[in-house]
Amino acid sequence: MTDAATDGLAAAPGKKKRSSLLELDARTKRRNAAEARFKAYGIIAITAGLCFLVGLVWAILSNGLPAFQQAVVKLDYTMTQEQFDEAEAAVLKTAVYTDQFVAYFSDRVREQGIEAEFDADTIERLLGKVGGTIRAFYRENPDHIGQPVAFELSAASRVDRYLKGTFDRGDVSGEGNRFFVPSDFDLVDTLQEAGFIAQVFNWNFITGVDSGVDNAGGAGIGASVLGSFLMMIVVLLLALPIGVAASIYLEEFAPKNWFTDFIEVNISNLAAVPSIVFGILGLAVFIQFAGMPQSAPLVGGLVLTLMTLPTIIISTRASLKSVPPSIRDAALGVGASKMQAVFHHVLPLAAPGILTGTIIGLAQALGETAPLLLIGMVGFIARYPDSFLGGFEGPNSAMPAQIYNWASRSDVVFTEKAWGGIIILLIFLVSMNLIAILLRRRFERRW
Amino acid sequence: MQPFWLVTIIVVLALGGFLLGRMRALQSAEGDARVLHSRPNYYGANVFMLTAVPSLIVVALWMVFQPVLIEANVSQMIPDRIVPEGGSKGLVMSDVRRLADGLDVAVAEGALTADQATNIRAEFTNIRERLAEVGVVLGSNVEAEVLTAAQAYRAQSATGALLMAAAGLSLAVAGLGWSLARIGVGFRARNAVETGMLALLILAASIAILTTIGILFSLLFNTIEFFRIYPAADFFFGTTWAPSFSGRGGDSELGVLPLLWGTFYISLVALLVAVPIGLFAAIYLSEYASPTVRSVAKPLIEVLAGIPTIVYGLFALLTVGPLLVGVFGRDGALGVDWMSGGTAVMTAGLVMGIMLIPFVSSLSDDIINAVPQAMRDGSLGLGATHSETIRKVVLPAALPGIVGAILLAASRAIGETMIVVLGAGAAARLDLNPFEAMTTVTAKIVSQLTGDADFSSAVALVAFALGTTLFVVTLGLNVLALYIVRKYREQYE
Repeated sequence: MTDAATDGLAAAPGKKKRSSLLELDARTKRRNAAEARFKAYGIIAITAGLCFLVGLVWAILSNGLPAFQQAVVKLDYTMTQEQFDEAEAAVLKTAVYTDQFVAYFSDRVREQGIEAEFDADTIERLLGKVGGTIRAFYRENPDHIGQPVAFELSAASRVDRYLKGTFDRGDVSGEGNRFFVPSDFDLVDTLQEAGFIAQVFNWNFITGVDSGVDNAGGAGIGASVLGSFLMMIVVLLLALPIGVAASIYLEEFAPKNWFTDFIEVNISNLAAVPSIVFGILGLAVFIQFAGMPQSAPLVGGLVLTLMTLPTIIISTRASLKSVPPSIRDAALGVGASKMQAVFHHVLPLAAPGILTGTIIGLAQALGETAPLLLIGMVGFIARYPDSFLGGFEGPNSAMPAQIYNWASRSDVVFTEKAWGGIIILLIFLVSMNLIAILLRRRFERRW
Repeated sequence: MQPFWLVTIIVVLALGGFLLGRMRALQSAEGDARVLHSRPNYYGANVFMLTAVPSLIVVALWMVFQPVLIEANVSQMIPDRIVPEGGSKGLVMSDVRRLADGLDVAVAEGALTADQATNIRAEFTNIRERLAEVGVVLGSNVEAEVLTAAQAYRAQSATGALLMAAAGLSLAVAGLGWSLARIGVGFRARNAVETGMLALLILAASIAILTTIGILFSLLFNTIEFFRIYPAADFFFGTTWAPSFSGRGGDSELGVLPLLWGTFYISLVALLVAVPIGLFAAIYLSEYASPTVRSVAKPLIEVLAGIPTIVYGLFALLTVGPLLVGVFGRDGALGVDWMSGGTAVMTAGLVMGIMLIPFVSSLSDDIINAVPQAMRDGSLGLGATHSETIRKVVLPAALPGIVGAILLAASRAIGETMIVVLGAGAAARLDLNPFEAMTTVTAKIVSQLTGDADFSSAVALVAFALGTTLFVVTLGLNVLALYIVRKYREQYE
């Protein structure tokens, strides 16, 4: 009925078209389509953003989790006093240790009824310099001679990568090389089936120190975690008091004059200065001018303090501002001085907000890399500092700088370490942010 | 760790002063605290402040300026004769410092007696061997003048440290005595303490100014130094970037234009990714999304802003780069041979764009939310659809603020370092192909300054000129953006 009517109207020439609420005309359809399109753009944008996040997390986890696993050969090894004496009497001591180990290992494998032939060279390809490890152990613990000792010998990086699936038969061409020959794959398979080779959690990655190319699998992030920790202590000890004091002055005491304005302009500009410029500042002022040591967590902490100050000042001022003026008025009304009103009443009420802002500022400083590169915190750090206080002055690295260092080496094993380091860095950042969120939830007050 | 103990002693002295001051105040009031002008703790705090603060400030300043003075003194002792060809006095001075440290280690380890360390002569003793015994490795044989300078360095440092301790301690004791003497019933301790605290607060607030001054001076001094050895016109208008590390960088070509081009090209790609996604995300979240969607999606997108840039750098180098080569490379999905290596403008730009999405979206979100609801209601009441309202009313009203947000994002992109260091490559070139490796100002600052302690060659000093350029550009963008945003905020207040 309606259809016929509108058709008739549309067909009639000269007559003005009348619209119907039940039937959309072409123009409305176009406008509605535009509306739907516009909304779809928004959904696409959000989805794209979330996809990037998922992709990033996926890349980090899939590449980084293998760094926490390490292939080891598990063996209960017994060395008799005669064997020990024989090895120590030889000229090439570690070679004798290796031979003894190979003989023992072959026996154990044969006991399991497995046909596997290997010699000292094979063992060196699979396990590295076993003799040295065993010798070092028995020289440290002579009382273990004659008793069974459960050894966990970490496998060479190629074995490790083979078990993780990043290295396979296609990667070894022809006869192989001195690092790996094709028959090793079969041996590793056999040993794994027999339970001699297994994957265990790689504690050394968390507690260890950086290592050179010859022992890429042994590199750990421990020393640089300590370096980051020392820097964060410096940042916390300096940035929190200075930031809070500056915010209290600006928010509570500063008269409205050019000096205050000047400070405010400086703070807002510093918040937007690229972090690398702070690195240049650290290099020129702290190292070049004041002669502080290069690569020291103390200098790194100072640079990061200056970088974090604006963040802390801005969030502290916001939380001071959120304390209602009635609190101050009440304190002043019963005879407190202005200083007393601020320190006894306003500051405690603003403390949760200040703490939250500080933790977020610290998290930001923890992930910062560029300034650290300029003050030399990217060196090769292969040992922990000798003492706690000396750790501030001595050369050290930091987590992000260590990750950068690994990323710029060509060995794939270090790439895996870099991704693994990122997981550790992110664990720290996520837990700091979670603490900040929980603090805010727990102590937030609405006035 | 002598300064550490000095500071500890001063603090302990001040804490003792606090207790003494409190006690003395109560004594002067014969135990009745009501007679005092201030509460007893204020008398203690006044003593603490006068004991600790001046002496700690003096110690801190002393520690900063003593090495500078000694350095200047000692470097006069080094004749030009022993400065190696193509080297600089700075390098010899670092030898002197290393030798002085080495002598300290040797004395501490017992390899040399303190007497020997101050008096041995390079002519008679092989210092290098003696120090190698205690694990101090020196690069070359020790020249007699260098040894003399190192010994002078040690002597002056020791004297300086002694003087510093004396000055710090005497100041602390003087402050302690004076403030204790002033305590009496009528002394207004609270006012004194509060004045002192206000001064400390002002000092803390001034650190922002000091930082800016520090940045300006460290950039300007070294930049001027650089322009003394390298013509400024060649730097600003040169189209070739070819630092040469031989011969103190004498024949380097250090034109900034290829670096600026790389910087702007990468930033442009980043903004092309971040602005549409960020803007549409902000529009959707503030105008369409239900509160539930908003409360989930907004924090998730903002997580992208909290991820450290080194993570993005690694993501660019190891994930996005190979992915792009897989699509645009020789044997790629498209079969075009545009991209030869993983590091390229596109790689860095794309990843930087991802990093900037939350930056654009949360700033625009705030700005769109600040547009008064009455304007939306008016437009909807006239029959406009939701999207028409947004496009014709809300966005024009929010435009200045959004432009400000984009400028801030651009400044962030220009100053970003780690993504370009890892993802953009190292070749400085003026090229239009976004799949080529290019490099940026920030990446070159890192590569010119990392691991180099000699600041007197052109190839190292150029980093400061680059830093100045970067600082000026980002500061300009920030000031402009903040001006626009502020102007816009006033419009609706």
